Amino acid sequence: MTQYLIRRLLIAIPSLLGISVVLFTVLALAPGDPFEELATNPAIPPDVRANLRASLGLDDPVHQRYLNWLFAMLRGEWGYSFVSRVNVDQLILQRLPTTIIVIGAAQLLALAVALPVGVYAATRPYSLFDKIANTLAFVGFSLPTFFTGLLLILLFSITLDWLPFVYRAQIDATGWRWWWEHIRQSIMPVLVLGLFQGAALVRFVRSAVLDVIRLDHVTTARAKGLPESTVTLKHVVRNAMIPVVTLVALQMPIVFGGAIVTEQIFRIPGIGSLLITAILANDTPVIMAVTFVFACLVILFNLIADVLYGWLDPRISYR
Amino acid sequence: MNEDDLRGLIGRVKNGSLSRRGFVRRLAAVGLTAPMATQILAIAGAAPAGAQSVPAYRPTRRGGGGALKVLYWQASTLLNPHFASGTTNQDSSRVFYEPLAGWASDGTLVPILAAEIPSRENGGLAEDGRSVTWKLKRGVKWHDGQDFSADDVVFNWEYARSPGVAAVTSGSYRDVNVLKVDDHTVRVEFQQPTPFWADAFVGGTGQIIPRHLFKDFAGPNARDAPTNLRPVGTSAYKFVSFAPGDTLRAENFANYHMDNRPYFDTLEIKGGGDAVSAARAVLQTGDYDYAWNMQVEDEILKRLEAANRGKVNIVEGGGIEFVQLNATDPNREVDGERSHISTQHPAFRDPAVRQAMALLIDRNALEQFIYGRGGPATANFLNNPPRFRSENMRFEFSIQKANEILDAAGWVRARDGIRAKDGVRLRFVYQTSVNAPRQRTQAIYKQAAQRAGIDLELKSVTASVFFSSDVANPDTYTKLYADMQMYTTTMPQADPERFMNQYVSWEVSTKANNWQGRNIVRWRSEEYDRIFRESQGELDPIKRAAMFVRMNDLVVGSNHIIPLVRRPTVSASLNNLRHVLSAWDLTMWYLNDWYRET
Repeated sequence: MTQYLIRRLLIAIPSLLGISVVLFTVLALAPGDPFEELATNPAIPPDVRANLRASLGLDDPVHQRYLNWLFAMLRGEWGYSFVSRVNVDQLILQRLPTTIIVIGAAQLLALAVALPVGVYAATRPYSLFDKIANTLAFVGFSLPTFFTGLLLILLFSITLDWLPFVYRAQIDATGWRWWWEHIRQSIMPVLVLGLFQGAALVRFVRSAVLDVIRLDHVTTARAKGLPESTVTLKHVVRNAMIPVVTLVALQMPIVFGGAIVTEQIFRIPGIGSLLITAILANDTPVIMAVTFVFACLVILFNLIADVLYGWLDPRISYR
Repeated sequence: MNEDDLRGLIGRVKNGSLSRRGFVRRLAAVGLTAPMATQILAIAGAAPAGAQSVPAYRPTRRGGGGALKVLYWQASTLLNPHFASGTTNQDSSRVFYEPLAGWASDGTLVPILAAEIPSRENGGLAEDGRSVTWKLKRGVKWHDGQDFSADDVVFNWEYARSPGVAAVTSGSYRDVNVLKVDDHTVRVEFQQPTPFWADAFVGGTGQIIPRHLFKDFAGPNARDAPTNLRPVGTSAYKFVSFAPGDTLRAENFANYHMDNRPYFDTLEIKGGGDAVSAARAVLQTGDYDYAWNMQVEDEILKRLEAANRGKVNIVEGGGIEFVQLNATDPNREVDGERSHISTQHPAFRDPAVRQAMALLIDRNALEQFIYGRGGPATANFLNNPPRFRSENMRFEFSIQKANEILDAAGWVRARDGIRAKDGVRLRFVYQTSVNAPRQRTQAIYKQAAQRAGIDLELKSVTASVFFSSDVANPDTYTKLYADMQMYTTTMPQADPERFMNQYVSWEVSTKANNWQGRNIVRWRSEEYDRIFRESQGELDPIKRAAMFVRMNDLVVGSNHIIPLVRRPTVSASLNNLRHVLSAWDLTMWYLNDWYRET
């Protein structure tokens, strides 16, 4: 097991290096610099822009810039944002809690909806409930989050005036009021993300349960005269969860990506909106760092999924 | 009316034998506009004592106004004015830091950290135009309780011009010399007589940071200063917290140097999102008090305004959307350089073609159907302040006239309908940055040009490429490897010197200067150069205004520049918010006077 983990981690290093080379080259080839706004401002002489470029090392050859970045990274220095001149790790850490809370809540919501609905639908295949659940699931994951987000804003903020559509990370209140305000402003983004995720999961849970429900050990359990609820919970769901857990783990990095759009709509100061603004401003160090974090997440969650898989299903061994 | 007459009249206004109204009427009789006449009076020192560039402030005590909530769809990322590469960052720095003086919306200076605006009369401006002496306001405190003094001002000059710091503001400071006269007096010295003396320490680039907190970070370590993110300034609001790219919070500063200010107890600037939803949060739901830079179609703004909670503020400045007709040939390489200054554009060198091009764009339609209140049509490149506005230019949209001119000049339609002469076809590449109103303008232009036998090939470049300083990229606007291009240029100061230097011959953008010259259209005129040089040393404001009017007429009259629409700044605010806005300075330039009417 330990050996397997070490081997997997060692394999991850060249993958990460490869990812970083590709990312860096693409960013270096992409034109532009972070000083676009200085361009048409006649109060700022153009050579000031040139000096700025030079001072940030933007005029060095690509390979040299990459090596500088890599060695800094190895020393644990993530570099600093050209635009805000703040260390990148600081920027990311500042935003991580918000992202994790919103995404975490959305993921919990997705599971809370998908598990019961999926299981219930699978135990009564082709019933009316199953048909409705399936239709809604299809609708749910066909609608993009930016559309449902705007729809919710129009309904709950503009028409009904119930919920705020500007997310504020800091709220001047204490105790219950603080909690209430945070929950109130999180309702819409969490609904948008959670239902989108949940819709896809419903389909997955349903098919996983359907696979298990016809297996021999379930029939045996039923034959022993166990109540239907016990059969479903103990014998069916537990087994069906193996692929579901893997899927959820593998989906985590994708969820971070999916949140970019939602964060932009609701002005949530999360990692996603950091990435968007950095891309718009050509802020290479931030883009590198955030995408690199995403890459690490993908690799990490892949590893976790593999480990979980083997642990849940003894037929798969670590080799 | 010649200059002596004008001077005589101004003298009579000053000694009271001629009323201001009479003066304006006489000037109107000789073709000068009323705003120009009043501005001439103002700059000649004959403005009435009661003239206010800034609206009256009513609250009678400090604080008690609750929270002011401002929305910027572009979030600010840093709080050091010397590093601020965009207006959002300059604005959020301006919440804490103050310059010596700011620009009011009528283009006059308003003292902030200065005790008074320097003038000939008070001895602030030297007779020879080589120096300006600023008297500083006494009793000004930094937010941490230290005294503000001349040392701080001198330090800012050293800081901004230091190459190690790489400050964005260095352009305003590197060519001047700053001396401390005494603790509350500072002298700025120029290398030559300088009529535009109000650059260093004024407006957005003039914000003054405290010496005692930055003096150890005035070199390559400038980035490490903790105060870059936790500013300590002299303004009405002091720092509470900042999350780069998200929220900036500030609170009332009890020792502020202006009486009864500020009105609000706290201030929050939230960033991010998009312009339409920002407009919505102010105009429709009233969640926020003010939203910055409404780059939203006017139709939508009007619809949102119908909710009657807030209004759209339109502040006239010098921003202008215009078309450039390349004076050089973009399709021929000389010494490995396209659009080389030794070449001439094969078609645009004919004035008839340029005139036709100017006749083929329907500016009224642009105003009516695309820009709305955010883009009034104009015939001038230099539109504001009114004292610099030419009355001589006219614009017209006439396809028929364009056709006649081209016919007369010998440009004959070929079988495919495109005109040609001596093997030169009227087929132009027309580039601009990706942006919905610009693409619609391109389409309108193309359609009209087609009917005059001119084919426009439309090209749109993503803004981050178009406006980048990347020397390796062929699509930047400074290279102008196309026949024509269109963009907006802004005029951040109320003086047109920096604005109009984009047509002098020594600013031509070439490979030799890494395409950093500001004359991108590469138009050259000896007369323009001469007048510009004279204006740089001309200390008489009236003569100088006339020179800039002439420069505008020269470049617009040549039709190498086709002004389309002015771009005033557009913002949204709640009906009961009283703010002081100016297009010549930052949004937050007079934040100390913002209040809410109850």
